[in-house]
Amino acid sequence: MAIDRAAVRNIAALARLAVRDDELDALAAELSNILGFVEQLAEVNTDGVAPLASVSAVTLPRRADEVADGNCRDAILANAPEMKDGFFLVPKVVE
Amino acid sequence: MNTLTSLSLAGARDALRSRKVSAAELARAHIAAMEKARGLNAFVTETPDLALDQARESDARLAKGEGGAMEGIPIAIKDLFCTKGVRTTASSRILESFVPPYESTVGANLRRAGAVTLGKTAMDEFAMGSSTTTSAFGPVESPWKRRAGANDRLVPGGSSGGSAAAVAARLAIGATGTDTGGSIRQPASFCGIVGMKPTYGRCSRWGIVAFASSLDQAGPMTRSVRDAAIMLGAMAGYDPKDSTSAPLPVPDFEAALTGDVRGLKIGVPKEYRPDGLAAEIGALWDKGIDLLKRAGAEPVEISLPHTKYALPTYYIVAPAEASSNLARYDGVRFGLRVPGQNLEEMYANTRAAGFGAEVRRRILIGTYVLSAGYYDAYYAKAQRVRALIARDFTEAFRKVDAILTPTAPSAAFAIGANQEDPVTMWLNDVFTVPTNLAGLPAISLPAGLSSEGLPLGLHIIGRPFDEETVLRTAEVLERALDFRAAPPGVEA
Repeated sequence: MAIDRAAVRNIAALARLAVRDDELDALAAELSNILGFVEQLAEVNTDGVAPLASVSAVTLPRRADEVADGNCRDAILANAPEMKDGFFLVPKVVE
Repeated sequence: MNTLTSLSLAGARDALRSRKVSAAELARAHIAAMEKARGLNAFVTETPDLALDQARESDARLAKGEGGAMEGIPIAIKDLFCTKGVRTTASSRILESFVPPYESTVGANLRRAGAVTLGKTAMDEFAMGSSTTTSAFGPVESPWKRRAGANDRLVPGGSSGGSAAAVAARLAIGATGTDTGGSIRQPASFCGIVGMKPTYGRCSRWGIVAFASSLDQAGPMTRSVRDAAIMLGAMAGYDPKDSTSAPLPVPDFEAALTGDVRGLKIGVPKEYRPDGLAAEIGALWDKGIDLLKRAGAEPVEISLPHTKYALPTYYIVAPAEASSNLARYDGVRFGLRVPGQNLEEMYANTRAAGFGAEVRRRILIGTYVLSAGYYDAYYAKAQRVRALIARDFTEAFRKVDAILTPTAPSAAFAIGANQEDPVTMWLNDVFTVPTNLAGLPAISLPAGLSSEGLPLGLHIIGRPFDEETVLRTAEVLERALDFRAAPPGVEA
């Protein structure tokens, strides 16, 4: 599957990655090359094989529904690029 | 001072317990070595003051006859492990100023065992790479040199290249690494040290910056198999904070080193000897098979028929998981923020400025294979092939107790080589990736030198949660191989 400039632009938008127009051709060639490499999987017969999502044989554990953590607002905010009054600050999203 | 930095972990532990050496002396010797070797760029952040404080505490405990399995042992921590109050970058611009308010479980386990932490080691950005050249803070240089052409600066392998270089250059007695497709074992092979990836679930992933969650696993990097056994014991254990952590007791790994492999069946997979395999790597592998046979083990030829599909499977599964995991870097809660006209633009600008080329490439691939219309053809298909790769191992382990292979298809290469095409770089992990896909424990140990005088590793794979057989076999092989080479200028 060859990826063209429009496809790169679309994938980059889905991934929230700004890509400059002058990078599109190189990225399209690179991604097409990688897809060519992984597409050899098509030759493997996987009829009747269930997808393996995790190797851990353990069923997901459950715990009591009790508060186990908290009261650490300042620690959580300590790395925020911008904050105000105990909240993360983001550009305005509602007019 | 040199003799203190050439101690093994087991040797240092015994010297500390018998008070022949103090933790403070040991820390000072390693801090001096670390400062002297700054040219290697192995550390992103050095924490000498922290190390000296920790060493003083260790000395107080040791004086009372107390102390854990790693009491007073100076180690380095890969900069993928969150360290409370110490900057953790994942070698990425996007986390350049991130200071975690918490400690990873593995890091906390090591501290509880008494380990002294010298600093944070450089890596490929977000652990994506096999050369430690994708770090945002410059490449790490291996302490090894070719016999001829000694001016070439060589890669230490990757992604745990800073940890491997630090241990090989005797800047730390051990170091933590993480291994998603070979990131502990391939740099261990390139730097002439031991590196072990335990079974998926043996070490908690909590507090380790996530790359590909179904593959990532932490492990020790040391200069001997015994040292790896001791350090793994201190790192491992069930953690309720990681839902994939295995609720199993941690065996006494050091006690598993009985020196006896008589009757053990050692699998030799024919698919790991492709036509293009370097002759000297094939010969070293044959030597390993022969040495284990002489020690009383029985080599058995096996087949892992889906081996050639492991790399393409990995390069769908790992980028897919990475694209999801790295969605958290959005400039809102932590890390870099680059402003934009609106929220969407702020996200896109932040991520474009914060991620390097390899990380961006993998996010784009991962996003594509998970996107509507392509999910089944790529991602679900890769997960089905992954099931077949895991099944190959399950069937092989009905016939054998461990599997011996080379660790990597080559010795270390020059910084800047293998960059022309990402797939060329990815081929470094051809022998290590299958074990991550199957979640199995595996170790790399130094086995010999290439014709250029560079270390080459052998690789032993075991059954799930049978690190003991892997370590036992590795220690017997280590003794038989008697690898004693050290990088130029380093006292072995």
